[in-house]
This record gives sequence, structure tokens and C-alpha cells, in this order.
Amino acid sequence: MSALAGLADPVLDSQRIFRGVLDAMAHPGRIVDLPEPRQSPAALCPATTSICLTLVDLDTPIWLDAGARTPEAIDYLRFHCGCPVATEPGAARFAVVGEPWRMPALDLFDAGTDEYPDRSATVIVQVESLVGGGGARLTGPGIDGEARLEAVGLPASFWDALERNGGRFPRGVDVILAARHAITALPRSTRARAH
Amino acid sequence: MSDDTPRRRRWMSALAQSAVEDLERAWERLPSQPAYRVLRGPEVGSVMVRGRAGGTGAVFNLGEMTVTRCTVALASGVVGHAYVSGRTRRHAERAAVLDALLQDPATGASLEETVIAPLIESREARRRCVAARAAATRVEFFTMVRGEE
Repeated sequence: MSALAGLADPVLDSQRIFRGVLDAMAHPGRIVDLPEPRQSPAALCPATTSICLTLVDLDTPIWLDAGARTPEAIDYLRFHCGCPVATEPGAARFAVVGEPWRMPALDLFDAGTDEYPDRSATVIVQVESLVGGGGARLTGPGIDGEARLEAVGLPASFWDALERNGGRFPRGVDVILAARHAITALPRSTRARAH
Repeated sequence: MSDDTPRRRRWMSALAQSAVEDLERAWERLPSQPAYRVLRGPEVGSVMVRGRAGGTGAVFNLGEMTVTRCTVALASGVVGHAYVSGRTRRHAERAAVLDALLQDPATGASLEETVIAPLIESREARRRCVAARAAATRVEFFTMVRGEE
């Protein structure tokens, strides 16, 4: 039983968070600050919790990696979102990766079908920071010319995995990087070149 | 199912079905108003009430009803829940705090005496009152035996 509170204002906060995620997805690489929940399980950063409280419900199974799969986080998500917790990455609509250095291959997640590419998973990767560290140059829809993205805590193989994910377009997963209360989105339409 | 489940069922039902005024009075009579924080709600939503024809038939949807729910945590960490019909947020909040207090082994037993028993008594009195009003308008149907040819 979770003893942690969710959003302070469930209606308005979830609308603000939805808007923030939309903004981030429409402008890959842009850093967007999300309203924080009143409390968050230790294994999830506030931005991850905010996204879950807004987008995850009983129709969207969530998968948590070893770093995020704590009893506290599972209790919290079950109580506030009412969502099933998937045991296999492929069964999930949302996934949270708390240990990016041991990230499962992106093609393990549901990439949708050619008819319904929207029925794919969204993978939230928790990083230490979105300032400093290894980076990439981003191009693609929503980016005027080129955008630069930095993240601390991502393995070098992440960018190759992202490139392979983009190669499956229109299928593929959408990735959100989360650090504390900030997010930046890497939808499948974005091309990233590590530098 | 733990041993406390039937007891908790009894008090949760009493709290949910009590009149808000009775609950407020019980609240004010508490030796001390407990400190608590709200984990969720009180929020209004709807639930689908389902039934079975004759109690054993196929499930059918009877209709939706408005429900208010609330979850609170006491300073001790005990969590209390309440689901009450209607839209009275205060009712759900009070009921959730009392549910948490009732789970506390130190205070629970005495609260069952001082709070829950009177609430159940007052619920039964309301029921008897409605039943008496309805009984006054009861129409007895009977069939007169027709004379056989």
C-alpha cells in the first residue's frame, strides 16, 4: 500500500504535464520542465512519475527495469494509475528504464504494426542530467535545422540503438529522457548522430 | 483474507452509509482530531453497478452511480480508504480518516463502540422509518374465489 501522494491538483497538473510532453515530442531535443508530483517513489524521478500519473492508466501496462522495479514504485503506480505491471518488455505500452547502462534492446519493446504504428511503446529513460555529458546532433521533423542534445548517464550504444529504432519507421518506439523534473523527447522520426 | 476483514467491512459500510451530519458529530466527539495527509482525493467519479438476475443469472449493468473516494495516511503511516455514494467530499474524507483510526489496534476497539455502533443504530433507525412509511401505503392484493358453475 503506497503512502505517497500523487499530483497536488490532479486535473490542472495532468493537463500541464500532457501539454509539456506534447511540447517535448513536437520539438525533439528541447528540454521541458514538468510540474512535479507532491511525492515520488525513490526509484522514479519526478518527471517520470508525472508522466505516469498523466498518461498511464488501467489500459496501459507498464514495464519497469531492475532499477525502477522497487516494491514502492510498483505500489505507487498500481494505486495512483491503476495500471497492470508487465513482466515482459514486449507487453508494455510504457516502460521505465532506471539503469540506462543496462538498457534492454529497443526492439524488445512493442513497435506497433505497419497498419497501426501508434500502438507502440513509449520508453522513459532516466538519466542523471540533461546538461553535459555525451551528446548527439538531432535532425528531423520538429527541428529547425539541427538541435544538440546532451545527457549524462547514457551508454555510447544508446545512440546506435536509437538509429536502428529510427530505421524501422513508421514502426518503432518513442523515447523520453527524464532527469529530475525535466524531460526531452526522441520520437522515432528523429535522426541522432552521436558526437 | 485477514481476520480483520469482516470487522473492517462492517465499519466501512457503516461509515459509507451514515448521514454526513452523524459523521461530523462523531468526528467532533473524538478525543483528539488526528493529524493526517491526503494521498488521493477526495475525488468524484462514477462506478458501474452490476447485478445478476435473480442473484444467479447472467451479469447485467444496472446503471452508473456517482461515488466519491478518498485515501488518507495518518502520521503513524496507517492508510485509510473510503468510497461513499454521492458527491459529498467531506463525507469521504471523514470516513477515510476514521477507517485509518479504526485499523489502529490501540484506538480501534473503543472507536467501534463509540463511533461505529451509534452510526449503525442510526442507519437502522432510518431504515425502520422508511419501512414504516412504506408499510402505511401497502396494498394487499387478494383474489376472490369465483363461484364454480
